[in-house]
Formats: sequence, C-alpha cells, structure tokens
Amino acid sequence: MPTEQLSERPEGARRLENVVIRFAGDSGDGMQLTGDRFGAQAAAIGNDVATLPNYPAEIRAPAGTVAGVSSYQLHIADHDIRTPGDQPDVLVAMNPAALKANVAELRPGGVIILDTDAFTVLGLEKAGYDVDPLTDGSLDAFQVHAVNLTGFAAAAVADHNLKRKDAARTKNMFALGLVSWMFSQPIEDTIAYLQKRFASKPDVQAANVSALRAGWIYGESTEAFANVYEVKPAPLPAGTYRHMKGNKAVAYGLVAAAHQAGMPLFLGAYPITPASEILHELSALASNDVRSFQAEDEIAAIGAAIGGSFAGMLGVTVTSGPGMALKAEALGLAVIMELPLVIVNVQRGGPSTGLPTKTEQSDLLQALYGRHGEAPLPVIAVRSAADGFDAAMEAARIALAYRTPVILLSDAYIANGSEPWRVPEVEELPFIGIDLATEPNAVDAEGNPVFLPYARDPVTLARPLAIPGTPGLTHRIGGLEKADLTGAVSYDPDNHDLMIRTRQSKIDNIDVPPLEVDDPSGPPGSGADVLVIGWGSTWGPIGEACREVRAQGMKVAQAHLRHIAPLPANVASVLSEYHTVLVPEMNLGQLAGHLRRETLIDTVGYNQTRGMPFRTAELASVITRVIQGIDSDTAPDAGTKPVGDVGARLAARSDSASAKPAAHTGTPTGTQHDATREAGR
Amino acid sequence: MSTVNGKAEEPAGTSGRRAPTVADFTTGQEVRWCPGCGDHAILSTMRGLLPALGVPPENTVVVSGIGCSSRLPYYLDTYGIHSIHGRAPSFATGISINRPDLSVWVVTGDGDALAIGGNHLIHALRRNVNLKILLLNNEIYGLTKGQASPTSKVGTVGPSSPFGSLDNPFNPVALALGAGATFVARTIDSDRRHLTATLTAAAAHKGAALVEIRQGCPTFSAIPRQPNRAASQESPAEPDNPAAPEHGPIRLSPGLPIVFGANEQWGVIRDPSTGELGIGHGGDSRVVVHDPGTQNSTYAYGLARLAETSLAEPPIGVYRSVSQPSFDQLFQDRLATARPDGRGDLRTLLTGTDSWVVAG
Repeated sequence: MPTEQLSERPEGARRLENVVIRFAGDSGDGMQLTGDRFGAQAAAIGNDVATLPNYPAEIRAPAGTVAGVSSYQLHIADHDIRTPGDQPDVLVAMNPAALKANVAELRPGGVIILDTDAFTVLGLEKAGYDVDPLTDGSLDAFQVHAVNLTGFAAAAVADHNLKRKDAARTKNMFALGLVSWMFSQPIEDTIAYLQKRFASKPDVQAANVSALRAGWIYGESTEAFANVYEVKPAPLPAGTYRHMKGNKAVAYGLVAAAHQAGMPLFLGAYPITPASEILHELSALASNDVRSFQAEDEIAAIGAAIGGSFAGMLGVTVTSGPGMALKAEALGLAVIMELPLVIVNVQRGGPSTGLPTKTEQSDLLQALYGRHGEAPLPVIAVRSAADGFDAAMEAARIALAYRTPVILLSDAYIANGSEPWRVPEVEELPFIGIDLATEPNAVDAEGNPVFLPYARDPVTLARPLAIPGTPGLTHRIGGLEKADLTGAVSYDPDNHDLMIRTRQSKIDNIDVPPLEVDDPSGPPGSGADVLVIGWGSTWGPIGEACREVRAQGMKVAQAHLRHIAPLPANVASVLSEYHTVLVPEMNLGQLAGHLRRETLIDTVGYNQTRGMPFRTAELASVITRVIQGIDSDTAPDAGTKPVGDVGARLAARSDSASAKPAAHTGTPTGTQHDATREAGR
Repeated sequence: MSTVNGKAEEPAGTSGRRAPTVADFTTGQEVRWCPGCGDHAILSTMRGLLPALGVPPENTVVVSGIGCSSRLPYYLDTYGIHSIHGRAPSFATGISINRPDLSVWVVTGDGDALAIGGNHLIHALRRNVNLKILLLNNEIYGLTKGQASPTSKVGTVGPSSPFGSLDNPFNPVALALGAGATFVARTIDSDRRHLTATLTAAAAHKGAALVEIRQGCPTFSAIPRQPNRAASQESPAEPDNPAAPEHGPIRLSPGLPIVFGANEQWGVIRDPSTGELGIGHGGDSRVVVHDPGTQNSTYAYGLARLAETSLAEPPIGVYRSVSQPSFDQLFQDRLATARPDGRGDLRTLLTGTDSWVVAG
C-alpha cells in the first residue's frame, strides 16, 4: 500500500484531550524503541508529550518473567502537560508477564492489546499465572483486544529472508503500526528512522518497515477496533521543536556552553547507569570539538576533567551516585584549586548499587555536603528532560565565572524521559566566556611584575586563570592550603581561616535569580496559604497536582528550586509568607532539612523512594489534605498513614499472608514540623 | 628541538627570547626534604635537564601526587599541580591529550604510584599517554613515617609491621613492562650522569616513559645509599661472586654486551634452549647484547626480574624503548579527522534532522 494512504487520519476519529499509553513486554521485545518512536511521532504532529521508560537493571532478565518486563509509558496531549500520567488508558502487553506486571495500574475501562502468541501454557507459567487471565474473567473491566501480534508480524515479513526468530522480533513494529493507526498518527517518520537505523541490514530494515505498515493496515481493515482516536496538536509557542530526552538535553547544553564560552569541551567519564548516555552522546560529537575520554575509573574520570580545565578546556565529568562517592576527594581538590568544572550526577536509587535504573533524589545532601573539610560548591538541579539544556548551560556559566566545580543534579526519570524542546536560536544563548590571564597582575617588593594566582576579582571573588603555555605566569596549584594572593603553600592558621571563609563567601555570593512563585490567586502573602516547593524532577508532578487542586477550586502556590546552593536570596522571605510549606521529595526529606538549616523555617515533608516519580493524583490528594487541615484549623498533615512508622508497615506485612502495597506508598515524614511529628506518633 | 619530549612544537627561544637557564626553572620556595634525601639530587638534575630540553618553562607542566617526592613541582618554576594521592597520571592525562604543545611530567613515589595509584599508572602506560613518569622509589613510606610500601622487601620492619612485612614487593620495571609501557628505564639518585642521561632519553620518547629512580631514604633507610661508581673503583678486592653488592648495579647500554665486575668477568647470558636469562662469565659466547628496541617485551621482563634471583641489585639503564603511536597523537588525529573544516555548526547540531516548526 502506498505510503501516502497510511498517513491519512482515519475517518471519524474521536477527539481526546490526552491519552496515556504504556507499551510493555520482555526486555528483549524492543519496548523502549517502540515507545520512543511513538513519542517522536506524537511530538511531530504537535502533541505535548511526556514519557516514562521503565526497565530492569539486567540486560536480559529471565525471559518471560515479571522481573524481565520492560515498559515505556507515554502521555500525549493537546495541551501543556508535565508528567507521563498516572494511569495508562491503553496497555500493550507483549506477553503474560507484561500483562501481570502492569494491569493493576490500568484505568478501569481501559484498553488492553495483547499478543496471543505469547499466551501459551509455558508463557503463563513463567509469568506466574495459575489460570489464563483471558478466560477467568479477571480482565472483564477492560476492553481486551487479543491479537496474534507475533503471528501477523511473521506473516507480514515472510518474504524478507529472515530466520523465524528474527521475523518474530518485528512484532514490536507491528504493534506500533497498530497503535499508531488507533491514534491517527502518521508513521512516515518511523519508516525513515528504520531505514536509517538498519541501513546496514537491508533485510531487517525491509522487514521492520513491512511489519510496521502491516500493523497499521491490520487496524484499518479489521472490525475489531471500534474506536479510532485523535489527539490534536498542543498550542506551543512558535519555534522549531525537537523531541528531546533528558540525557541528550544535558549533553547538548554542555556543548552549547563550551561553544558560548569559546572553549573546547573535555569530558572525562566512566560508564555508569543512568549517566552513560551523556558519555555516548558527547563521544559522537568530535566534529563539534567535543573531546571525550573514557577513563579507567570514576576517580581518573574527574582527574582528567580537572586536568583538562587546568589546560584551558571546559572540563566536565558525568556520573551517578556511586561514582560521585568515588569522586569526592578530587572534588575537594577542584574546590581548593578553584578551577571551573561541571559534575553531572544523574541520580538513581541508592545507597550502594541500589536501584541502578530507577529514579531517586537521594544524593542532594551528598552534593551539598559530601566532601571532607569546608568544601562549598554550587549545586543546581534539572527539572525536566528539555530543561537539561538550560540547566547544563547555567552550571557551566557559574563554573567558569566563579572558577568552581558545580554539581548538576539530574535523575533517572529525567535522563530517560523525553518531551518537546524548543530549539533555541544560537544568537539568544548567553555568552559565558571568561578572560584568561595573560599578564602579571601585581608587582613584588622590588617592583618586578609577578602573577598572583589567588588575587581575586573584588565582586565575584574569582581568581585569575592562567593556562599552561602563557609566558611569565607559571605557577603551581594543589591540595595544600594556599597563601592568600600568592597561592604558595601556607600552614599559617590565620591564612587558613581567611581562605576557608573566602571560598565560602565566593559560593554564598554567586549571582542566582530569585525564587519565583506560581500562584494564580495572588503573590506571596495575599494568595494561597500553602506553598509546594520542590527541586529537580518533581517539577512535573507537583505542577500537575497544583493544577488539579486549583481546578477543584482551591488555592495553592508552587515554587521550584533551580539553585539549591546557594539558595536564591529571597527563599526565606517567600517561604515565610505561607501558612504551610509542603516539600515533596523522592528521598526522606533532604531538601526540607536543607531549607530548615538555611532559613529556620519548618516545612511539611511528603516523601517516597519507590524508584518511580510521584503520581499527580497522589500529590493532589496530599496537597488537598494539607489545605483542608488548615481550613479545619488542625495541624498540617500530609498523610493519613502512620508517619514514617516502619514498624507498623512491617507488622502489617507479617499479619497478611501476601504483602500488599500500602495505599499511600509515599511516607510523610514527621521530622520537619512539630505538628507532623505529633501526628506521626 | 622539534622532537623534544616527543612533542612536535616550535623551537624554544623563538621570537628573540634567550634560551632558558637553570634559574628560569627554579622557584623561590624553600626546599623541604630531609638532608641527604635522594630527592635533592633528582630536583637538581631536573633543574639542569629541563633548560637543555629547549621547552620553555611555560610549556612544561609537572604533576605530582602525595608523598615526599610529590613536593617536587613546587620547586620547579613551571606550571604544576600538586594533586591528590595516587591520581597524578589522571590529571596529567587530561592536560597532555588536550594540549600537544605541552611537555607533561609526572613525579610520583612507590606508595603513590604503586599502591593507591596503581590503577592510574598501568592505564597511563597501556594507553601510551605522552607522559614522562618519574617514579622515585625509596621502598618506604617516608611522609607518613616509615611504613612498608609496595616495593619494600619482605620482612621490612616499620611502625605498621613491627614483626616484619609479609607481602611480596612489586618490581616497578616488570610491572610497567607488563602494562605494555613503550619506554621503561631504571636509574639511581646517586649517579647524576646516569640520571641525566636516562631522563634525557625518557624526554625524547614519544609516548609514556616510566623511569624508576632508586633512591635512599636517610631517615627511614630502606635502601642504603648507592656506592658511587667512581669511588667504588678503589675497592681493593674483587669479590668472587656475581651477586656481591660491591659490583654496583649492572649498567645497560644499547648495542653493548651486558657484562659487569671490575674486569667484566661476569655477564648476562641467554640459555639458547629456553631463552631464559641468567648470570655467567663475561667471556661466554652466550652473553647478551642489550637491545631495548626489542618489540617483544619478554627480554626486558627477564632482565627486570634478574636481580630477584641472581644479583645484589637490579640493573640500571633503559630496559625498553619502542616506537608506538602515543594516545595523545591518536586523540588529536581523531579530532582533526572529525572536523576537517573546523568546529561543527552549533545550530545544525541543535536543530538535528528530526525537528518540526510550530508557526506563531
């Protein structure tokens, strides 16, 4: 069938404002690619898109088991959205395990498309089904489309000379074609993508394209699917857009930063999930003068990056929590040597190896305080996939202007998630270059010109940078305490005290923009009583939850921190304007503790560490409860479950034969607010 | 001067500048090592050597780790980093591969390079990064007051091994050869001429050069001061034993038979049936002619291990010097290949091939 006909929107498509679709299958079923392509297609027709890939840490967990299920959830909408959605409306399950692992989260009445080819006795057994869910009535609440996806795909590619196993592997493209038809999405972009991706394997290329088209045609020519849907384009500001993944956005932000600084970018990195993709992206950009070096370990990676900075590059290293721990000593060296450096920490579940592919925000205190000695450095956070670009540029700006290592915190949710990104005009990007020292900056007692590597700019307290190759400015720096001005080794007690206070002062006085509050009901003090403040990837869920709460007629304010160290100067005054400040975090209260230390303001925490982002409904209900608590003049209380009472949870588990997840899996912490602490007892 | 230190660069002293002198490489910092420490001799050799290499001070970078030896950069008026324990090769790698115009030296010790920093050392060597690595080996931790190091002999008594150390020492030359180092040499602090010649050869090598400098520690006395060869010539009786310390170390010279003793009565011989090296008489037809250019490092490795069984102290000289592309060169070549017309366009990168336009 000619391509053009496949592009046409099916007649009489029902219009949806938004829809949440989850593709789920075995780790080897290509679900990540399928989801990624569906998201790209949706973005290309102008939908707003937010995605949530979710996959096991193992490259190949046992096939067919629940442990090996990989999924990719997408939220597409005709309006501005910030999260991948709480509950899927559509679940594509490529095998029984995928159904079992995901069906509980499907919206009642939702659509299930499953591959009957995998629903064999063995397949059901591997998934842990005693009875076939297709026959026992357990799926009655859903619209089930049982389709032999594998069989149809294999038939569609029969002419392409593939082995039986390879032919069956095109089932994901058949499924994508079918779902694309169902949601009126053209598949030309994906055909072009497949042609490029499999350019070196003509048979595989042709087979995947055939399977994709066959899936679309199957949808169109069978009567099984009563409804076809359409999600109209979202009104986005004018501009050029790209479907952008978080890790790639950070990589591009770093490249743009180096460009705008007029310096080569040098990356020293060691592979680690979920940060490796930044290493991969940058390694492919030698043509943009990106120098990428895969070191022998995390320590060498930051060591090389620091060496690069000393030599006049924009030095960067990327890692995740375990790697951050290893880099701590070198970070201290970068602090005392006062060299520009960007350290990207794509956070994952910890401690130790923890949950390598799942998200968490539990490295904030490590970033703020995780070095020996007084070793202050700026910490800034990425709030969404597309925001990675701006956040990386801001990290580089500060690193260069203040000659300091900067920690940029991202997380696994941001890293793997994607959304539309407006491509900035190069002319609108800030210039962040710095002047390197080329001349002596002082004279000695005899009147000879000398270079003082620790004489400072009176405003920023930044020291001059002279790179090797600059005549007359040779100097040595290192880990031993520096004498003020000269940088010579000094054991003088007063000098050490002065240098510690100077380094702290330099960081404290970094120019960061003020904290802004989003509250349609009014500015701080005359709007809502409750402020929800967060950092990093909770921006999306908090924002959506606030919209939902406002839609129900309540007032709530939202603020989100880009800069966590130093905090914006107005944080204390903003927070003090609210009756209650709620801090949702994917940790046990790290920002809340930091805010208390810096502002002496108590907050109410809402915390979970499930490895998954907050759900909108979950946060909306927490916000509502807090607002209602104020209205009824009771103590602010974020949750109804025993607050942080692990003992109760353990007891509940031993009481029941099967461990059931708690209704509210997030645990409000009672450590930040007296009233909450009472509630927790 | 075009190939000094393996760097293709402009000759020193261009644009009317005078040639650098010892004073140009000397800082005003007070040198803080124990009297009699071998580090003094090594510093003084470096100060004499660097001006002769023709690389101006500003194009020389010296990077060190932690330990007595790692103080050395403070006393050389070049660019320098006194970094953290064991990690000097990583900082130096970041400098060297990005800046082919610089001559980058690493100064490290037996604890710094072989214990806490072992990983970085072997990887710098196997990559063949263009670094000149001076491993100052006194077989003891000096700065932390006398603990056994990875090169201390079994039985070394120190504050952490009061009944004698139990662990086998590393042989730094053998380790470097095992890591695939393209230039490996050993010298001693007490022979200024040999030290200078060895460091000069290292400086001329393109790629990673490891020079083990055996030295005494007057405070914790792991290795006794080496007898000066000139002085030892006065020794009255020639011992009838090739492993006698009076011989001093065997001196390896490219192209010459490896013989030693006052009358060259001893020599290193190769067993033709097994290829193994051993000690025999100097007149033996099987005496080995030293060739550090042998690609296969088995010979150099055998030579490095010889002292452990048959000699009082290990041979000194260049064990291996072979030509392979440096990592720096490959790194720069790849960059040049990737951007034949200069830096790629940022707008093109950001826009990509999968973007779409939303009209205003």
